Amino acid sequence: MTTALILVPLGGALWVWITPWKNTQGPGGLALLLALVELALWVGTAANFDFGRGGLQFQTDTVWFEDLGVSYHVGLQDFTLWLVGLTVLVTAAAIGYGFWVGRERPGAYLGLLLFLEGAVIGVFTAQDLLVFYVFWEAMLIPLYVLIGVWGGPGRLGATFKLVAYTMAGSLLMLVAIIAAGLSAGSFDLAAASRHQSVWIFLGFAAAFAIKAPLWPFHGWLPDAYRESTPEVAAVLSGVVSKAAAYGFLAIAIPQFPGAVSDWRVPILVLASIGLVYGSLLAFRAPDLRGVIAYSSLAQMNLILIGLFATNASGNDGALLQMVNHGLISAALFLLAGAVERRTATGQLGLLGGMARGRPMLATVLITTGVIALAVPGSTAFAGEFLILNGIFAQGWGWAVVGAVAIVLAAMYMVRLISAVLHEDVGSAVPVEALDLRPAEIGVIVPLVAVLIFLSFWPAAITDHALQLFGGLP
Amino acid sequence: VTRFEQPTIDWAALSPELVLLGGASLCLVVTLFLPWGWRRPFCATIAALCFIGAGVAAGILFAVDDSARGVIADAIQRDRLAELAQILVAGSGLLAVGASLGWERQERSRVGEYYALLLSAAAGMSFFVAASNLMTLFLGLEWFSISLYVLTAIAVESLPSLEAGLKYLIVGSFGSAILLFGSAFVYGATGAIGFDDIAAAAAGADRLLFVIGLALILVGLAFKMSAAPFHMWTPDVYQGAPTPVTAFMSAATKVAALVGTMRLLVTAFPTEARLWTVALAVIACISLAWGNLAALVQTDIKRLLAYSSISHAGFLLIPVAVGTRLGGRALLFYLVSYAAMNVGSFAIVAARERELARPVTFEGLAGLGWERPGFGIAMSLFMFGFIGLPPAGLFLGKFYAFSAAVDRGWTWLAIVGVAATVLSIYYYAGVIGAMYFRRSIEVRVAPAGGSPPRDWALSAAVGAAVVVTVGSFVAAGPLLDIARDSVSFLGFPH
Repeated sequence: MTTALILVPLGGALWVWITPWKNTQGPGGLALLLALVELALWVGTAANFDFGRGGLQFQTDTVWFEDLGVSYHVGLQDFTLWLVGLTVLVTAAAIGYGFWVGRERPGAYLGLLLFLEGAVIGVFTAQDLLVFYVFWEAMLIPLYVLIGVWGGPGRLGATFKLVAYTMAGSLLMLVAIIAAGLSAGSFDLAAASRHQSVWIFLGFAAAFAIKAPLWPFHGWLPDAYRESTPEVAAVLSGVVSKAAAYGFLAIAIPQFPGAVSDWRVPILVLASIGLVYGSLLAFRAPDLRGVIAYSSLAQMNLILIGLFATNASGNDGALLQMVNHGLISAALFLLAGAVERRTATGQLGLLGGMARGRPMLATVLITTGVIALAVPGSTAFAGEFLILNGIFAQGWGWAVVGAVAIVLAAMYMVRLISAVLHEDVGSAVPVEALDLRPAEIGVIVPLVAVLIFLSFWPAAITDHALQLFGGLP
Repeated sequence: VTRFEQPTIDWAALSPELVLLGGASLCLVVTLFLPWGWRRPFCATIAALCFIGAGVAAGILFAVDDSARGVIADAIQRDRLAELAQILVAGSGLLAVGASLGWERQERSRVGEYYALLLSAAAGMSFFVAASNLMTLFLGLEWFSISLYVLTAIAVESLPSLEAGLKYLIVGSFGSAILLFGSAFVYGATGAIGFDDIAAAAAGADRLLFVIGLALILVGLAFKMSAAPFHMWTPDVYQGAPTPVTAFMSAATKVAALVGTMRLLVTAFPTEARLWTVALAVIACISLAWGNLAALVQTDIKRLLAYSSISHAGFLLIPVAVGTRLGGRALLFYLVSYAAMNVGSFAIVAARERELARPVTFEGLAGLGWERPGFGIAMSLFMFGFIGLPPAGLFLGKFYAFSAAVDRGWTWLAIVGVAATVLSIYYYAGVIGAMYFRRSIEVRVAPAGGSPPRDWALSAAVGAAVVVTVGSFVAAGPLLDIARDSVSFLGFPH
């Protein structure tokens, strides 16, 4: 089952690529169909998932090569199930959006998105360190091409930064994986438990910190988010960054308890700086994408704070917030794309007054924005509350920083909403600009609907995820 | 009067070389009696069949016999290490024939010589990797080197080719001379030329002479594997030589030189392992640094790939330098996908060259990915693979090489390799960027003669290279078993 979740998008990508398409709608239709099949497959998996039982389910374990103890071992845990669900939902929305917008060379484009989906699911489900690394690197290839070919004018610099930053981190992780695997005699996650070496931990942490990104390793982020197409930015910030948080949650933190307690304070300091820094820059960013990009940075650092609380509350909150932020930033990037299509700009100074006569756009944007700023009762509030509650146990100072950032989040979100929807009609906003089209509603509203559902019942996730660190303080 | 005792000759052990040499003779002689139109297909067929035959012969030897023993008065070694290397050389040769088929159209008058030299170079390499005394080692080295000198200069109407041939001849002969000089020192110190005899006599040898000899031999071999700082000929020769020749040379010479070096050092110089492991590690670091830094500023793709080959000499030396069984296994596994990717990427450059009728630069690659989707995907696979990204077998090769370094306790060497890899991203990714990222309006490179000729043989060669590259990733388990079997008899010092 897990292998099917990985192979449907990977094989589907090949199918979309090698079919000699005669009409332009063909590749989009097939890619969207495959994305929906994948979504259905995930629903089926979730329905058959036994939440009461901890540990791995739907496992496959085949020896890949024997002498170093590497095997193709994949499986789902309760918390990875939610991350996989986030991936399939966001990717389906992104593919649907890309299909509707009609990109050049749609077969190559949508095939790459499917490929990316398969790689991300591989990262979430891999139970062998080398297999994890293979999928981790495989995420980079489609991103490089997706931004490099279909991106904006500054795409060359953006792709180079993305690849150079990520590879620098992930190659350090490769050395760490080798060292960890050789010392344990096997690369299986379960076998390689409880390492002592700080260096190995730092190797893993480097890769995850860059990908997440933890402040100050975010140099690649603003360019990548600004230059890519909205749907790629949605997947990149919504899903791919979660792979890094997942790496901390599933590998770096549980495997290196000693190193984590030594390095908790420095990492928390960096994450706190990143949270405040990202929020401030989001408040000052001149363009739509900039606000979302820096708010993403801030939110990812908040999630890292939750993870490094290393207690049940912090981790539950981080997991919930990973799903929340994935949905929120994907919806926001797609909305940004919708606004940019109508006005040909993302500059907040040129926008404004778009609410009048465009009720759907206004409703969806305000709903997403209000959830994003963690208004009490929203699922983001639940996630952030759990994170703050968790980090309070490590020291009240951290919680103060977190609470300040939540205020900042309200400031930048309200600024974004009013700059787009309210105030005077911006100079770049044509009078005839349409409300959200049915197709746009069709891809964005499901994301928002899930957010609203989670707002009513955040325990859907928090009660159905293993409390990894129940035993730790 | 002492009678010269005739050694028994194990013809089976020589069969790969004999098949290749027989093919070379056929190409040379029969071609003379054939009408012009038949020469190309005839020679290409003979060459392809002989490469297949040599590969199959080596494969049968590998399969039927797992012992390792000296044959023909211990002049050469019959073992799985040699046989696996011979398979790789023959495979590279076969793919190079595919890449040559369209190219030698313009070299019609020399087509017989071309394929004969290709076969003879492969035969020399097959001999070299089996050599087990200093004489046969030198003989094999010269045998394939001389064939390659001529091959490099075979496009006699093209000045760059002649220049490259001359450079290769001079610098290569210099390297060979140093190797021979070192051999003389070692012989002087130990009174032996057989690898095993040298190791046995090392204890009583004059250490100074012995170490000088070892150092000189290492330098001579480093010339052949184009490791920095003995790489000066590589960029010019790779760029100037006809591209199919470069394809063969870059893959097969690397295989031969590295396998030969590992065998020599492990069997003849185990007593000096402390010296040569460190020396090779240093050479590896210099190659990694130099190759990658110089590659950053290249614009010609063949030259870029030449520097990439220098940097890969560094990667390939890491597992040799650690001197462990794991390292030997890593080297052979690495070489499988490395050889395939090298031939494949040069073959694509050759195809583009034919299309544009001029050397391929970054500009020249613009749009290739969209115009020729198959080549585009293959080239991306090779370039991502050279970086060390899945799904290329080279990814696992690097993983193994770094594992060998970490296993030996040389984590620093693995980190140097990682740093070099980070540098290499810039130019490998740049090639992919050049193929895909330019809007076709920005750069318009019109193909020279209308629509490009569809070379089915070249496409097949690229396809085969892709299959080997991806296959060595997916089927890593069985391949690693083969690599393990081929080094199991060597007594590694660590």
